[in-house]
Amino acid sequence: MRSFNFIGTWTLFQRESRRFLRVKMQTIVAPALTAILYLIVFRYAMGERSVPGLDVDYFSFLIPGLMMMAMLQNAFANTSSSMIVGKIMNVHVFLLMAPISAGEAVFAFLAAAVLRALVVGGVLLLVLLPFSDLSLAHVWMILFYGICGSLIMGSLGLIGGMWSKTFDDMAMVNNFIIMPLTFLSGVFYSVSQLPPFWQAINAWNPFFYLIDGFRHGFIGTGDSDPWQAIGAVGAMTLLSIMAAWYLWHIGWKLKE
Amino acid sequence: MNALEIHKLGKMYNNTKVALLDVSLEVPEGSFFALLGPNGAGKSTLINILADTVRPSSGSISLLGHELFLERAWCKRRMGVVPQEIAFDPFFSPREILRFSRGMYGQKNDDTWVDELLERLELTEHAHKITRQLSGGMRRRLLVAQALVHRPKVVILDEPTAGVDVELRKRLWDFMRELNAAGTTILLTTHYLEEAEELCDHVAIIDQGKVITSQSMQALLGDVASSSLYLRYAHTLQLSSQDRAALAGFYPRINQGQLCLTLNKLGETSNFDQAYQLARQCFGSPLTVTVGQEDLEDVFLRLTGEKKSEKQGGTTG
Repeated sequence: MRSFNFIGTWTLFQRESRRFLRVKMQTIVAPALTAILYLIVFRYAMGERSVPGLDVDYFSFLIPGLMMMAMLQNAFANTSSSMIVGKIMNVHVFLLMAPISAGEAVFAFLAAAVLRALVVGGVLLLVLLPFSDLSLAHVWMILFYGICGSLIMGSLGLIGGMWSKTFDDMAMVNNFIIMPLTFLSGVFYSVSQLPPFWQAINAWNPFFYLIDGFRHGFIGTGDSDPWQAIGAVGAMTLLSIMAAWYLWHIGWKLKE
Repeated sequence: MNALEIHKLGKMYNNTKVALLDVSLEVPEGSFFALLGPNGAGKSTLINILADTVRPSSGSISLLGHELFLERAWCKRRMGVVPQEIAFDPFFSPREILRFSRGMYGQKNDDTWVDELLERLELTEHAHKITRQLSGGMRRRLLVAQALVHRPKVVILDEPTAGVDVELRKRLWDFMRELNAAGTTILLTTHYLEEAEELCDHVAIIDQGKVITSQSMQALLGDVASSSLYLRYAHTLQLSSQDRAALAGFYPRINQGQLCLTLNKLGETSNFDQAYQLARQCFGSPLTVTVGQEDLEDVFLRLTGEKKSEKQGGTTG
């Protein structure tokens, strides 16, 4: 029976974490600045109005959505960029040659993706909190959705990175799948404002549950049924991790 | 015990291109083993299968008595591979890369060994640079250091000295000799056949995915090597198909600017006169004529050329 390669997994986690910490301007400061710019723009565009259907001002509604969006995008970026750079620079062969199993590799990659998402989310919270009267209604929900969302996006980033052959492929996944799904998931508006048809469509957008549930943790209310959302997010998390593990295990697009 | 036992290994890419066909090889433990073959012979495919970056289509491999495909982790911890293609992580310095490499093999950091590797591979003064700033030769040496950092029992080097200058190459081989003397098995592919002849005690030649010969260097140069006629001309020769046909029995080839003709197996009757007359008919009088025993390069060219002509004969016949 094979024993767990603890040092190997820890080393890979360190490598993947140091990679983003080494380029902090790009990985932490830039997402924070982007979120602040969104806030400034929407603050002046929307004024003091509150969100229909939810008893909350637009600023408090927007902040958790922007935080979660930045966290999701950064978790995705951490694993996908490492995979695609590794493949293009041919460095991924060192990972394949090392005695690191698919489970250990996926664990280390996802742990680093979650760390990056939490660092980005934490920085945003510290920067934005002083400018709002946002509360932390249910901390466990914030953590549950924050971590599950990062795990899902980290897994999708791994899969996207395995699939991509070029930076262009990766940009395509990011711009045509990830960005629309995150933008159209209720970051900037409450889905109760949408026509019934689009509300029904939205119920199938996994990112909607992540953002709505995460926001629920802050403002204490949301668009979706909390238990339905927890079930959907939990299942999605397991499914995406298992898919990433399986594809790594069979060496999909990694081994000839 | 054998360090590696490869049994009927096959690899077909995309169900069409055969890269390896029932390759069987034994690499004795503690040997310095040369795996030779022309470009596209299947050497790198074989090494990539060992390294777990390419999946085999059939066959089995055992490393130090353990089945590679069943006990991957055990085997990987005891194997260090230098890939042919230069690869480097642009985010980190050589020292960081070596620490990470060692860690991924499940071993705690060992700065003394990392320092020694950096020194032996002449990377000490570049240890803190970002790898982007390293020259091609330095990056290749870093690959060698990465393969050695977890102190493997079997080291596999795929063209480790391509692009490394003569002096550094010599020092790299001295280091490999020391490791070999200390018990490490070394399997290498190289295009520098004189180096292989000097360093290695075993040799296998593969061509078109098949093993042509695999034996000790001594046996190959003693039993397979023939005496050859070397003719040097004032101008550079090109062997036309007509010349090849005329000299067919003597496996004509150009080696280091000279026309080489195989006379016979050592100890058998010489057919020097016939070879010399035929060469004169084709190219005129040579400047110098020497008769000598084939070196590894001659044997390699003859064996791989021999196989090609057999195949051509088979196709036309």
